[in-house]
Amino acid sequence: MKRYVEQHRQFSSNGASQDPPWLGPVRDRGLKRFTDIGFPTTRNEDWRFTSVKSIVDTKFEIAKPTTVDEETVTKFVYDADAAARVVLVNGSMVSENSFVGKLPAGVIVSSLQEAVNKHPELVEARLGAAVSGEDNGFASLNTAFVRGGVFVYVPPNVIVNGLVEILSLIKPTDTPVVAYTRNLIVVERGAQLRLVETYAGVGATPYCANTVTEIFVGDGATVDCYRVQRETADGFHVASTGSVQGRDSTYAMHAVPLGARLSRHDVRMVMDGEGGQGTLNGLYLMGGNQHVDHNTIIDHAKPHCESHEYFNGILDGSARAVFNGRIIVRPGAQKTNSKQTNNNLLLSGDARADSQPQLEIYADDVRCTHGATLGPLDENSLFYLQARGIDAESARRMMTMGFGLEVLERMGDATVREKLEVLVRDGLETGTVKLA
Amino acid sequence: MIEIKNLHATADGAEILRGIDLEVKAGQVHAIMGPNGSGKSTMAQVLAGHPAYEVTKGTVSFLGQDLLDMEPDERACAGLFLAFQYPVAIRGITNAYFLRSAFNAIRKARGQEELDTLDFLEVLDEKLAVIGWDDSLMNRPVNDGFSGGEKKRNEILQLAVLEPKLAILDETDSGLDIDALRIVADAVNKLRTPENATVVVTHYQRLLDYVKPDFVHVLAGGRIVRSGGKELALELEERGYDWITEATTETAGTS
Repeated sequence: MKRYVEQHRQFSSNGASQDPPWLGPVRDRGLKRFTDIGFPTTRNEDWRFTSVKSIVDTKFEIAKPTTVDEETVTKFVYDADAAARVVLVNGSMVSENSFVGKLPAGVIVSSLQEAVNKHPELVEARLGAAVSGEDNGFASLNTAFVRGGVFVYVPPNVIVNGLVEILSLIKPTDTPVVAYTRNLIVVERGAQLRLVETYAGVGATPYCANTVTEIFVGDGATVDCYRVQRETADGFHVASTGSVQGRDSTYAMHAVPLGARLSRHDVRMVMDGEGGQGTLNGLYLMGGNQHVDHNTIIDHAKPHCESHEYFNGILDGSARAVFNGRIIVRPGAQKTNSKQTNNNLLLSGDARADSQPQLEIYADDVRCTHGATLGPLDENSLFYLQARGIDAESARRMMTMGFGLEVLERMGDATVREKLEVLVRDGLETGTVKLA
Repeated sequence: MIEIKNLHATADGAEILRGIDLEVKAGQVHAIMGPNGSGKSTMAQVLAGHPAYEVTKGTVSFLGQDLLDMEPDERACAGLFLAFQYPVAIRGITNAYFLRSAFNAIRKARGQEELDTLDFLEVLDEKLAVIGWDDSLMNRPVNDGFSGGEKKRNEILQLAVLEPKLAILDETDSGLDIDALRIVADAVNKLRTPENATVVVTHYQRLLDYVKPDFVHVLAGGRIVRSGGKELALELEERGYDWITEATTETAGTS
């Protein structure tokens, strides 16, 4: 922990003069919270199945700005004609790889560092409002080191056609590094945005990606978010995504972790206005010794909201998956309709999944359902396909892919969906997901 | 077409089929009736090759081939089709994709060229026109969230597309109301030709009003205890199964 305090001291003195005066205290509060609660341990109920000892024990340096070639970038992006693309390497924006296409008037896509200076009125009040970091040492550490990241702003009633892409790459040299990424997405009332965040790494040195994304969905706004995690086999990925939704808004978060030695994603979705629609749609594909953990909370704060949560996992080797899905229905949030499912396909006898639904309901006129499954491919389904002429191996492949397709088919963006379908298919055919 | 001789099969060590003898010829419709637990569905599943059952004795010749020596997919490619009593849901796979995969697997086994999506859709349209159905089930995941009636209709749709030589309909009538039953039976009749054959496994006589059998067999205790024409089905409807099964038990006791 001392190491991080010292790094914070150096970090704050370096380049602090470029920051607005309000940002220093925000970081200091993040550090204070981190030193108070520290890294989570398995004694913490929310981290019971995920030990972060290997992260705590690694001496990470703060990643320094560097560049990557366009060829590397091409592997991880979706659309050459995207509305905008921001590439971060080691947490800092690299303008050579980034572009802003024809955006409607008033739309901002920039580095967070630029935004804290140019648009403090849009940033200051929101930074930390969707992910407080109060209960999570990693998120508070992210706040302590907040600087690199992306800011997206869509003014009221503006529709952004095309995809906004954020690619966060980590490229360590010869020592382990940590990079902090902080994205802030603000979509005002009646506006629309499609966003894809991709996290990936380059090289064979261990590193840690610590990311926080905060998303504000205004009244009647529609936000469709994709989050693809393709870290290397030596990478650690610790992330928090928080969203706050206004009245009659629609928000979908599609999470697809495919890489990393260990990845943990905390999702906090607050439905803070009547009539909101929220979807959490996730697919994880893990093999070898990979460990993936999703900790989700859907907070129904207001009545008449609907949430759908679907997570499917395909696990091979001795991979391990943890899913913790909490649904809170606040007092007065009547007519809440919430559905949660988590299905795990275990392709190997050594793979393991732990699934834990938690419903906290403080209103009496609500509908909440949840279900979880885990197990190998169903023998009866296999027989059914064979009985139609499909050979056993093809049938197995078809059923496994179907597990993934079920989640991919809920994705509205065809460009992203098709690319992910190829990634998942390749991953299943080669036994491991191709990371680079 | 199919010749079953002295077929014995077990599940988890318990003997369920105890010597079935049956021959079905091209162009014929056979009905297999019998009380619950008599082995009707087991017989259907054994013929399709379900791995939960072990054949302990007997032979089955299908179009001159040793059926029992074939994998389930090889049996399907050879022209055997089982309409499942409980069709299974396959998540994430659309009915259209599933049907095309099955259709192409069978074509490949017959040495025919596989069809691409567009060509297959044409074939599908033709088949749908034959039975007079629409394509509303095609873009949904296979049997996932289907009603009982939709699942049964989906089995018949597959029958129409895959054009087997021998169709075994396992309790296809169960859970259908009379309108749905008529629609399904009507499609089955339209698909009959002098070259194919149908085995209808059912508990009730109802379906046989629409799909008229040439022969009716009563299965009890894992054996065919009586065979006759379609009047046997009517008799069973009137008198139930007890008189046959009791008579059989007596015969067994005195022999």
